[in-house]
Amino acid sequence: MVEIQSYLILSAITFIIGVVGVLARRNAIIVFMSIELMLNSVNLTLVAFSAYLGDTTGQMLVFFVMTVAAAEAAVGLAIVIALFRNKQTVNIDDINILKW
Amino acid sequence: MVLYNLAFYFFSLITLASASVVVFSKNIVHSAFALLFTFFGVAGLYVLMMADFLAITQILIYIGGIMVLILFGVMLTNRTIDVQIRTGSIQTFPAMLIVAALAGTLVGIFWSTDWKISPTAIGFEKTAPEIGKMLLTNYLLPFEIASIVLLVALIGAAMIARREKKA
Repeated sequence: MVEIQSYLILSAITFIIGVVGVLARRNAIIVFMSIELMLNSVNLTLVAFSAYLGDTTGQMLVFFVMTVAAAEAAVGLAIVIALFRNKQTVNIDDINILKW
Repeated sequence: MVLYNLAFYFFSLITLASASVVVFSKNIVHSAFALLFTFFGVAGLYVLMMADFLAITQILIYIGGIMVLILFGVMLTNRTIDVQIRTGSIQTFPAMLIVAALAGTLVGIFWSTDWKISPTAIGFEKTAPEIGKMLLTNYLLPFEIASIVLLVALIGAAMIARREKKA
């Protein structure tokens, strides 16, 4: 039998890979995919607790996380495409007009 | 049970390896396709935890919907085919510091806490009726709000991505 710790640590490692992507990569779409990765790892944690506690509430929460992820994907990619149209780049170092 | 463990390690390996490819690959198209395998691996893990309905939803929404969106994003913004190797040389050190602290905290907490888990076998008989019942009773308001969020995101995405007419 796989212990719950295995699932939790697997999701922790996935989350950390996502954090590395957000912090170290400069391409907006890679950052975006890393965020999806982090959301997925959180979902994995929720499902693991739901399964090992015998309570379906965790799976309920996963549905709402998926809803937000889908909304985020649609709006985020629209923003990336609008940015690319205006500045011809998706490198987040070049998107700095709000910086002073 | 040995088979279960083997399946767990198989899907974990798929998830972790493809997640690493997503983050560390130089080619953005490779990243996008690796993300597909990550979603697939997570769906397999859901199946292992008897969350069958969620696994199907994962495949439908993530692989069928979000992946297609991301691939559209990649194709529409990938006109500059040059290699973007400049992966943040300035902030690598602080980033690694934050990541190390986060990794230590998360893995430490997950490993050392004595989780109060149910002693019975994991999973449920069937999840879809349970989830449906909860969605329409205790979680009705979040359910409705989620639909409004989706509607707003739909309108917002169309409005942001639309090419503006010259007035």
